[in-house]
Amino acid sequence: MKVGVVTFPGSLDDRDALRAVRAVGAEPVSLWHGDADLKGVDAVILPGGFSYGDYLRCGAIARFAPVMDALIPAAQGGLPVLGICNGFQVLCESHLLPGALIRNDHRKFNCIDQRLVVENASTAWTSDFETGQEITIVLKNGEGGYVADEATLDRLEGEGQVVFRYAGSNPNGSYRAIAGVTNERGNVVGLMPHPEHCIEDGYGPSLDGLPFFTSVLRQAVSA
Amino acid sequence: MTQQINRPAVDTVEHAATSPDVEQPWAELGLKADEYANIREIVGRRPTSAELAMYSVMWSEHCSYKSSKVHFKLWGENTTDEMREKLLVGIGENAGVVDIGEGWAVTFKVESHNHPSYVEPYQGAATGVGGIVRDIMSMGARPIAVMDPLRFGNLNHPDTQRVLPGVVAGVGGYGNCLGLPNIGGEVVFDDCYQGNPLVNALCVGAMRTSDIHLAKASGVGNKVVLFGAKTGGDGIGGVSVLASETFDEGGPTKRPAVQVGDPFAEKVLIECCLDLYAAGVVDGIQDLGGAGLSCATSELASNGDGGMKVELDRVPLRDASLRPEEILMSESQERMMAVVHPDRLEEFLAITDRWDVEATVLGEVTDGDRLVITWHGEVIVDVPPRSVAHEGPTYQRPLERPAYLDALQENGTHALAKPTTGDALKSDLLTLLASPNLCDKSWVTDQYDRYVMGNTALAMPDDAGVVRVDEETGRGVAVSTDCNGRFAKLDPYAGAQLALAESYRNVATSGATPLAVTDCLNFGSPEDPGVMWQFREAIRGIAEGCKTLGIPVTGGNVSFYNQTGDVAIHPTPVIGVLGVMDDVARRTPSGWRTPGQVIYLLGTTRDELDGGEWANVVHGHLGGHPPVVDLAAEQLLGEILVNASRDGLVDAAHDLSDGGLAVALAEATLRHGVGARVWLDDVAARDGIDVFTTLFSESTARAIVAVPRSEEVRFTDMCTARGQAHARIGVVDDQTDGLDVQGQFAVSLEQLRRAHQDTLPAVFGA
Repeated sequence: MKVGVVTFPGSLDDRDALRAVRAVGAEPVSLWHGDADLKGVDAVILPGGFSYGDYLRCGAIARFAPVMDALIPAAQGGLPVLGICNGFQVLCESHLLPGALIRNDHRKFNCIDQRLVVENASTAWTSDFETGQEITIVLKNGEGGYVADEATLDRLEGEGQVVFRYAGSNPNGSYRAIAGVTNERGNVVGLMPHPEHCIEDGYGPSLDGLPFFTSVLRQAVSA
Repeated sequence: MTQQINRPAVDTVEHAATSPDVEQPWAELGLKADEYANIREIVGRRPTSAELAMYSVMWSEHCSYKSSKVHFKLWGENTTDEMREKLLVGIGENAGVVDIGEGWAVTFKVESHNHPSYVEPYQGAATGVGGIVRDIMSMGARPIAVMDPLRFGNLNHPDTQRVLPGVVAGVGGYGNCLGLPNIGGEVVFDDCYQGNPLVNALCVGAMRTSDIHLAKASGVGNKVVLFGAKTGGDGIGGVSVLASETFDEGGPTKRPAVQVGDPFAEKVLIECCLDLYAAGVVDGIQDLGGAGLSCATSELASNGDGGMKVELDRVPLRDASLRPEEILMSESQERMMAVVHPDRLEEFLAITDRWDVEATVLGEVTDGDRLVITWHGEVIVDVPPRSVAHEGPTYQRPLERPAYLDALQENGTHALAKPTTGDALKSDLLTLLASPNLCDKSWVTDQYDRYVMGNTALAMPDDAGVVRVDEETGRGVAVSTDCNGRFAKLDPYAGAQLALAESYRNVATSGATPLAVTDCLNFGSPEDPGVMWQFREAIRGIAEGCKTLGIPVTGGNVSFYNQTGDVAIHPTPVIGVLGVMDDVARRTPSGWRTPGQVIYLLGTTRDELDGGEWANVVHGHLGGHPPVVDLAAEQLLGEILVNASRDGLVDAAHDLSDGGLAVALAEATLRHGVGARVWLDDVAARDGIDVFTTLFSESTARAIVAVPRSEEVRFTDMCTARGQAHARIGVVDDQTDGLDVQGQFAVSLEQLRRAHQDTLPAVFGA
């Protein structure tokens, strides 16, 4: 199975995402922002970072990169896509996921080991979790406050599109403590925390990131 | 000429040669009369205004080290052949490079950005990170981690609330956006830094030993390429104006001289440079930092064959109105200069294009020994580059032991009232834990990304930051920075060695073998003989200490004029020690987790409270003599800690420094919230001191370790065989809520947490 990781100018966790793909036995493939070519991959990760410096709204410029011209229809057609942090922001800017991410309510960048509850264990990227499972994943961002209008939030809750919720205190003022969401089909998932930093003993607070990548691998094998 | 361009006249070499009597603003540019006369002698006429700009900025204290240089021979005199063996590149390049084995080399360096960070905290701190990262890049390395030793004035002073949040946001804003993990550093408060905060920045880079690049322009006909950001008016004269003058009340505001950073541009520049190195298209490279193009052109030429021709009008500008003198002095960030063989130029430019990095051929390497710079075809600079870059003035500044020192040293802590009951000991411990220097710093460090790159094995608040270099084998490095300016105030020679010893100990505590040293020497005005004496004593202390420990100084930075009016900061020689570990997965964390493990105190404790945090926090006292330095004991302790880590004999280790054993025990308990029972009567009796002194003395060469019971015999046998003092002082116990010092006091985890964690949020907000 081949999993692509897109590098935008200013992507930071692209190498980490490639490592995570390798760690579960899949084949990592680097994708370049300037090429509208997904190189035949079976899934795509949009990694964390500050694409184009994020001097405008986070993810607002990356959304127009040539690679997105290939990715957006593929995602709409069911390709598994995981957006981590800046990648989540890009997915929201692309309208592949509902809502938006705004500046943390405390107005500081915050890097912590964050507890999350898995609310939906049936997406392409979470099937190796149990619903209700509590996990610890690195959270690090300045603009991680998830917002959407009330009707959208109600719909997300009703349709099971809230995938992760912050446990304990809400670290950034996200509405309804939402840490990650999925689209209706369950193939596109975005979250602010960084599962790719939780895949190796000794180099992160947990191994709770691994099931993200094994989930998509299993999906491809069974598909 | 067919085209007449309306351009203001420039001061050409030709014009200068025929107008010897033109008045020049050398004094305003910070030059002394004899320095100006010297320049006229070197160029054999009056300098052009562009030449004057170059000399003034390159001969400033910050760039030329004119006051400190004469003392640098102490480094060489104290570096043995054995120490040189590990050094692939020594002092004098952008950063030193050390061999860490298996074909890997690391480069690391710490620099100051003190004055800019006081003027404009966010941008000053941000560009401090940017500058040191480019230094590391210009050695051919991929930057792999940063650290920031920070020092501020009184925590409760209103100006600290301006400076600290800005500095921290700047360090984070820039470093996080670059994708470099921030793995440690310091946050220290002392009134002496009120008008002179110290913002030091350290960067570590790694490369294969075959990939080292040097800053030199050689090979006649090779192209000189400027790439990266456009040049603007920011930081013009920043180096000489900001770094070489003292802040006096009522002076003009200096905000416009601080550079503005663009971390995105730097991130792209890093990746672009690494691609250029991988393609083998770079012959020589230099970053543009202090003194901008003046520095890059003169240093590259001077380190190479000696000749260079540059067309200055080709420099891409953000502000078209900039004059050539300003372009030469501009400190616009995120720029690099490369020397490229003409046959590889096309390939070079294809790589910069892919990263959307603007690259411009400015000129080429020439034979001869002149740096010639033209402006629209007219020669405006024609100088020997060595005279600009390396042959600046050198001062043998007068030095004299300060008269106040005798009285200060006589005023020790013996007369201070000491706690005599368990409750009083507990109260002092909680007071210390809540004090600005010992409280939890996560309000600061949580604003830094410590995880990016996925190689971080330890970061703050552990004793040293540890990162993996080789993903296959786990080989990696540990780095710590330390300095206790209060000790250095009492005795700069001992203080510098204490900083070295603590940093060395921290690296060893993490399980790494110390290998090399970098330093950032922050001092007051070199024109004050007392300061100059402190400076010389500190250098002597570091150099001689390094010789004893057998680890070389690979490079560093001097920051003078850290004073307000006549009052200098405490001498603050920040020492960074780098160590190597075969497999960083075996690093030793600072907190214990496993109930039943036995706690040992390594080392002996003397009555050494002078200059320590107990005297500072409880009594507001500074006087006496700092703790005795015992580098042989540090080496032994280091060997014990490294071997114990390698053989799996300890699960946690924490160095004893500020606040002594009491604070170390509390921190190791707080780290994972697992309690401990401790008994101190026996060890106090062994060392001939009382329990209070056992808890709060800051004697050196000590650490606490948590030993699994299955390894206890092997561990104690090793200590006994090597003559390492060790005492069984407690046990990790999850049934104990917090810390129970038997026969003295018990303090709950919640009490420890409230004391430790509430201080910074109370001042700066949650």
